[in-house]
Amino acid sequence: MKVKTSAVKTLLEVRDLEVSFQGVKTVTALSGVSFSIGESETLALVGETGCGKSVVAHVIMRLLPPESRVKGTVELGGKTLLELSEKEMAKIRGREIAIIFQNPSLALNPVYSIGHQLAEPLRVHRKEGKKEALLKAVSTLKNMGFANVGECINYYPSWCSGGMNQRFLIAASTVLSPLLLIADEPSKGLDRKCVAELEVELKKLKVERKTALLLISHDLGFVRRLADRIAVMYAGEIVEISDSSSLFESPLHPYTRGLLNSLPEKGFIPIPGFSPPLSSPPSGCKFHPRCPFREKRCTEKHPELKEIGRMSVRCFLCP
Amino acid sequence: MKEACAERGPEKQLIQLETPGLSLPRERSFRSFQKQENFLGKFNQGGILLLAFFLFMALFPSLLAPYAPDERFIPYEAPSREHILGTNDIGNDILSELVYGARISMTVGFAAALISTLIGTILGLCAGYFRGALDELLMGFTDVVLIIPKIPLIIVLGAFLRPSIWVLIPVLGFMSWESTARVTRSKTLQLREAGYVKSALCMGFSPSHIMVSDIFPNIVHILLPKFMLATASAMISEASLSFLGLSDISMKSWGSMLSFAFFRGGFIREMWWWYLPPGICITLCVMAIALIGFGLETKGEKYAGEGADKA
Repeated sequence: MKVKTSAVKTLLEVRDLEVSFQGVKTVTALSGVSFSIGESETLALVGETGCGKSVVAHVIMRLLPPESRVKGTVELGGKTLLELSEKEMAKIRGREIAIIFQNPSLALNPVYSIGHQLAEPLRVHRKEGKKEALLKAVSTLKNMGFANVGECINYYPSWCSGGMNQRFLIAASTVLSPLLLIADEPSKGLDRKCVAELEVELKKLKVERKTALLLISHDLGFVRRLADRIAVMYAGEIVEISDSSSLFESPLHPYTRGLLNSLPEKGFIPIPGFSPPLSSPPSGCKFHPRCPFREKRCTEKHPELKEIGRMSVRCFLCP
Repeated sequence: MKEACAERGPEKQLIQLETPGLSLPRERSFRSFQKQENFLGKFNQGGILLLAFFLFMALFPSLLAPYAPDERFIPYEAPSREHILGTNDIGNDILSELVYGARISMTVGFAAALISTLIGTILGLCAGYFRGALDELLMGFTDVVLIIPKIPLIIVLGAFLRPSIWVLIPVLGFMSWESTARVTRSKTLQLREAGYVKSALCMGFSPSHIMVSDIFPNIVHILLPKFMLATASAMISEASLSFLGLSDISMKSWGSMLSFAFFRGGFIREMWWWYLPPGICITLCVMAIALIGFGLETKGEKYAGEGADKA
């Protein structure tokens, strides 16, 4: 399953992304975020609540409110997404990048049947007929392992459980076979069984359709089973990027180590303190107030992302 | 996998299975709720029956009216077997006049309400969805229209234009869309942040597609009662304007019947069979429409409430 990043073509390239929200106080939600996703690769973004994971997804989809300021570049297969007009962006949304949001029951329109909603993207983007599109929707659902597809088509979102809706939503957003699927906390609010089903579904997408996946989650176990590479975010920065296995076996950044130690199977040791407010980040390394290994230089200078072999880490202490 | 799907079928089935096993107190409260439901429902049904009757009157007046509206008999006759509601000043049968008047009154009401709901919905959707400068502009315009005094304006217009229902309908329509626009805008503002609108945006649908097929179906339950209430108020406006003499003489509505009764001696001669029936008809018809509107509103609230529970 492991894909070597250097061998595959990059699909999405994000460079020096900086996002701030203008308000009473200017909040810098992201600073200096760079990463790339290869074709049919899965990159996971993990981190605490409020560290800017979802903002990354929103920047790529260009869904940010007008009061936000964005710097940096986002390239998808040679197109710079941040410079496109709204109309050109609409063509990319759904066809090339799709997104599934948390809380699937709210992401489906309550007044339409599942079949209608699955067929809608085909009808709008490919101008297909009603029957044709519905037949395709049926076959997609059949592929997903729904036994009673004929009935499912006529269900309304309020009749179905969160897990079912989640899978309908995945079917709807991948019916146009996009190159990149962004999953914004897909496992949130689902029970174990549904999460397992979701995992199966996403794995199938990876293997059968070669869809690249940007997985945003704070469920580390879920991420470990799915991701090829993992980027750990803290206070609007990426502090560590590495392969899934090496991140879990030998984490470099103190924050990553803290995160792993706070897992139940590792002893439930929480990281002391709170993450800093994004409107007034601390000087130097943003993690230094909570870091057990901090030195004097950590409080003064801001570390850059250093490459160490196939990993990158933002810490002075890591060789 | 297949078993899992079968297990988690639609919730409806689950509820049906569970209902017989409900405990007693819960059942009782459910019943009282049901009673209340029927209480409202009866009003609604009464409204529908009444409105159906008036609609029948408006669509097939010749089936109900004993004479043609322009047929002449002896004027100022009291009710008799030939003329159940007597005759008016020029000898027309009042019952026939009443039946034929339904068409004019209801046409004005529904057409004006249709225009106002259409304008209100389109402007409200655009303002709420696009926000920003367009929103400010449209809502500013709405405020300006809101402060124009309606009846005086129509009286002034009536003085300059030839009084006719084809002037009255657009004027009433163009003057009463503001509250619809406001309500639509606020609901659109709320819905544009909803998950399904966002995911529709992420599917790459155009703004017009999102407005028409994602937001609009979710606000219909607010617009329908608004439409009904707009119809009722347009009918009342029409009646009051006709009473002031600003109506087409060739198209007699209930309001103009009242006006004629007032100015041609119906009130002085105490011919209650002339001035009372059109008044009762206006009241009943408006009441029927309002009842249906209220019924739809409560239904809509219930629907919206269910949605909120899901969230």
